Parts: sequence; structure tokens; C-alpha cells
Amino acid sequence: MGASNTPSSAENSGWDRIANSGDFRKLLAAKKAFVVPATIFFIVYYFALPVLVGYAPGLMQKKILGPLNVAYLFALSQFAVVFIITYLYVRAARKFDAASARLLSEFTTAGKEN
Amino acid sequence: MTITLILFLSFIAITLGITGWASRRSGSSASYFAANRQISAWQNGVAVAGDYMSAASFLGIAGLIAFFGYDGFMYSVGFLVAYLTVLLVVAEPLRNIGKYTMADVLAYRLHPRPVRAMASLSTLVVSTIYMIAQMVGAGALVALLLKGSGIGYQTAVVGVGILMIVYVVFGGMIATTWVQIIKAILLMAGTILLSTIVLAHYGFSLSAFFNDVAQVHYHTADGKEVVKDFFTPGLRYKPPYGALDLLSLGMALIFGTAGLPHILVRFYTVPDARTARYSVVWAIGLIGCFYILTTFLGFGAATIVGRDFIVKNGGNNMSAPLLAQALGGSVFFAFICAIAFATILAVVAGLTISASTSFAHDVWTNIVRQGHEHDAGEERRVARIAAFVVGAVAIGIAILLGPTANVAFLVGLAFAVAASANLPVILFSIFWKRFNTGGAVAGLAVGLLGAIVLISLGPAIMAVDPPTVLGAARHLIQRPAIFPLENPGIISIPLGFLAAILGTLLTARDPEAEEKFTELEVRANTGLGSEKAVAH
Repeated sequence: MGASNTPSSAENSGWDRIANSGDFRKLLAAKKAFVVPATIFFIVYYFALPVLVGYAPGLMQKKILGPLNVAYLFALSQFAVVFIITYLYVRAARKFDAASARLLSEFTTAGKEN
Repeated sequence: MTITLILFLSFIAITLGITGWASRRSGSSASYFAANRQISAWQNGVAVAGDYMSAASFLGIAGLIAFFGYDGFMYSVGFLVAYLTVLLVVAEPLRNIGKYTMADVLAYRLHPRPVRAMASLSTLVVSTIYMIAQMVGAGALVALLLKGSGIGYQTAVVGVGILMIVYVVFGGMIATTWVQIIKAILLMAGTILLSTIVLAHYGFSLSAFFNDVAQVHYHTADGKEVVKDFFTPGLRYKPPYGALDLLSLGMALIFGTAGLPHILVRFYTVPDARTARYSVVWAIGLIGCFYILTTFLGFGAATIVGRDFIVKNGGNNMSAPLLAQALGGSVFFAFICAIAFATILAVVAGLTISASTSFAHDVWTNIVRQGHEHDAGEERRVARIAAFVVGAVAIGIAILLGPTANVAFLVGLAFAVAASANLPVILFSIFWKRFNTGGAVAGLAVGLLGAIVLISLGPAIMAVDPPTVLGAARHLIQRPAIFPLENPGIISIPLGFLAAILGTLLTARDPEAEEKFTELEVRANTGLGSEKAVAH
């Protein structure tokens, strides 16, 4: 099964100790605070495109920049949204990395490698 | 044509050289299945892009845009946005929890045998149908490109099949990774070059180009000349069901990518979750640039080559190569064709290794042998045999179907199964404590069956063809479709989630699985206990 090099048996109860520690709960909460809204936002923003294309064709065909219509510019904006969310996530994740490294060095001897 | 052949052969020679080099480094399971987990972020990111951007992307999307304008570009958007699901939700926990396959994540805290059996079945189904679509495409493409050289469809299919088997059997994940990296670099170079030449054709004036796209001339099937604004949606997805179909397609794309086994296993090749994250960033950069540039490949083919010419010279899949020919002559045409060939080879190699790894690791070692190899190296031996069998089966089916077979829907089916069967159970394994074996088996089974049944009842399989359509190009069932959408995702994805939820709630709680959730949560979020890179 998956856990081929789990921490030594002495550390097995360590799973619980880490899981119940305030720092770990804080790490999970911080991740959730970023990932949940970011995911909801990109899903809503993405599906707005096929929904508007399908059900508001008049609006989507409006030309706003020379020959470019709302539909095409909206599609291009999806690329920008992907790049921006990626950048923001990488920035946020640096803090998650630091927090989990602190946790590991606090609770395990192997943590220093990380 | 001679140039095409020379470029094909150089690509084959280089990749076989790499395979030979890799085979001397594939002496352990970690190296054979996961490249020793030593692939760096940029290497894995480029390899993910190479694994992902199939002929369906390069040739298919360029063709769809060339024929249907905006509706084709919708694919480009969905294929990229999909990577946010991979980045935010799946890549890092998967890397921390698993070892070699998608099923590792599910088996971590559930009953391993039923869960691995279903997950492996789903992996094999997704990989095989995706592979058949690629092989039929490759055969038809190579036969068309090398027309007159005596290399026909069957030879091409067998050749592609043998190459992918050789890469995987001898070179394992290390060779597969480098084939994908080289392919991705070639594909990006070709795409950037072609886009630049399209722009140069318009004197580097974007507005001249866009003005042309807004008025594309072509003849319809009944010979009428029409002028269409190719930025206008709806040329392909028409009422009454077009809008729903587009939505359904979007769902399969953005939820399916994070459930494609051949993409997921790439994250086991890096040292840790942080590197997995940065490799997704690299992949997003490359894939994003590529799909933005499909604007030039697709719309450029529509304005410069024209739909009428493409119809007469090989059909919409030939749009990008024909654009290269129109702008850069036969040498450039040969170069783009060689890239298309490399593209297919890298993708089928990735599919072969994920399918054979799942068979060896999930079915053989963990179900038949109950978790222990009989002798050292058994798992690798079984994987090599499985790769050979999977390759042979794909070659056989592709030859049986023939070059005119209507297989484009198979790629959509692969994404729909991945989204409906795989993604729900991966998410619940990682995030839902109460989730149990009953839920995993139900989710996988219903998602898999739901997608397959709905596709079979839909217009890809059921339609009444006019008598002029012959042989394998005819729809399998000559009756009006029962399910009106081409893309089943809008029904099958909620079904997969619902089955996983109901399967969990209607079966007994599993205290052991819930207890192990603590361990999984710590491991997923900190990397404690995760598989480590192997030192040389």
C-alpha cells in the first residue's frame, strides 16, 4: 500500500499529535482560505463563458474593439485569469511551505531535511 | 516528402538513443515507474505539456478553428483553465500521498483490492480509448503525409505502435519523460514560428489580421458562397442543444484533466510536492502560450489557406500543416508534419506507461500478489509485458477501425470518463473523512458507465447517415440519437459525484478509513512520510 516509508512506529502517534496541533490547523485553514475562494472564482468565471455564449448571443457578438467582439475578448481574459491565479497561488504557497517546514522540524527528527 | 521522411527518421533516431541511455538507468522500480523522482520542476512542466498537447490539440483545434472559428477556440480555453484544477486541488496532495498510480491515493485509507480493481479498470479504459484515437489519427496523418512513398495506414499504425512500445518497455519513465520534453520543445518552436509567419503575412498588423478573421469566405457543402465573421460563436454548436453541449464539453475539460491518469502519474516523477507545484506552473506557462497561439494557427488557416482548399486537401486536421505549406513552402510543411508525428508519439508513450504501470502495480502486485512482489523486479517485468500487450491491442484495434473511422469522439469520451469517474473519488479521498470503499467503487463504476452509455446513445454513435457516407466513417448505429448531446459531462459528472456520495452514505461507516484520514491529511499537507527521491 501507499505508506511504504511512514515515520517510525514511535512517530505513528505523531500523526495525531501533528493533526491536533494548533499550527497544523492554522496551516489547513490558511490553505482553505486561499484555495476555496480561488477555485469557486475560476469555476464561475470559466462557466460564465459558455453560458453567456449560449444564452446571451446578442451581448457576446457586440463589437467592442474594432472587429473583436465580447466573446473573443472574454475568452482571452480567461488566459489572463489563469496566469494571475497561478501567480497568486505560488505566492501564497510559499507561506504554506514555510509553515509545514516549521511543523515538521517541531514534531519529527527527519523534519530538518525538509 | 523526402525532407519529411528525414525529419521523421532523425526524431526516431534521437528518441531511440535516449531510450538506450534510459534503459541503463531503469534498473529499479522507482527508476522505471517514476524516473527516480528526480525530474526537476521545469523538466516535468515541459513533459506535462508534452504529455498533454496531443494531436487533438495541435491538429484538431487548429482544424476546428479553421472551420468553425470561435467555437473551436472554446476548446483552447477549456484545455488551459483545466490546469487550475490540477494546480490548486490535485497535484500536491497526490504527490505526497501516492507512489506510482492514481489508485494509490484511493487505496491509502480504503480497502485496497476493490478500489484498486475499479481504479485500474478506469485507468485502462481512459488510456486505451485515448490511445486508439491517437493511433488512428497518427496512421491517417502519416499515410497522408508520406503519400506516394509506399507507407500506408497500416504500416504507419504498426510503426507508431512499435516505437511507443520500445520507448516504454526499454526506457520506462525516464525515456518517456525525455521524449515528451523534446516533443514539447519542438511543438512550441513550430507553433511560435508558424504564428510569427502568419503575423508577418499581415505585415505584423494585428488589426489587419483580425479584420480578415471577421470576414472569412468559403463555400458550404451545397456550393453556396458565404462570408462569416469567425469571431462569432455558434458556427459549430447550434440550437437547440448547442449551448448545453458547449457547457457539457467545458465541464469534461476542466474537471477531466485532473483525472487523466497519464497526466497524474507525471507528478510522481518529481522529488516533492513543492516541485510538483512548480512543474504545474511551467506547464501552465507553456500550455497557455500554445493555446493563445492557436488563434494564429486556426484563424490563420481560415483566412490564408481557406476552408475550401483544406476540405479538398485532407480535411480539417490538415489545417496547420497546410498553413505551413502556404506560408513556408515544402520544407516548413515537412517540419510541421514531423512535429505532428512527434506529438503523437510522445502522447501515446505517456498513455502506454500509465496503463501498464496501473496494471503491474494495482492489479498484479497489489491485487494478485496482495502487496508483495514474488521476486525482485517482478513488478517491472509485468509492466513491460503489459506495455507490450496494451500496445499490441491498440495497434490491432486501430487497424481494424481503419483510417476513415470516426474516432474524434474518443478523446471527448476519455475526458468525460476522467471527470465523471476519477475526479470525484480522488477529491473525496483527499478531502472527505467519511468517504469509504462503497463510495469509491460506486463513484468509479457509475462515472465510467454513465459516460460510456451516454456517449453510446448520443450523436457520436447514433445518427442516420446519407448513403454517400461509406464504411467505417458511418455511425455505428443508424438511428436518431437518443441522448441529444455529443458531450455527456453535464449529466455523467454529477452522476459520478452523486454515486460516490450515496455509495458512502448508504454503506456502513469505516472507522479504520476515518482514523487513517488524520494520517492522510498530515501527509498530504506536509509531505511527512511521502515517497522520497532516489539518490544515484
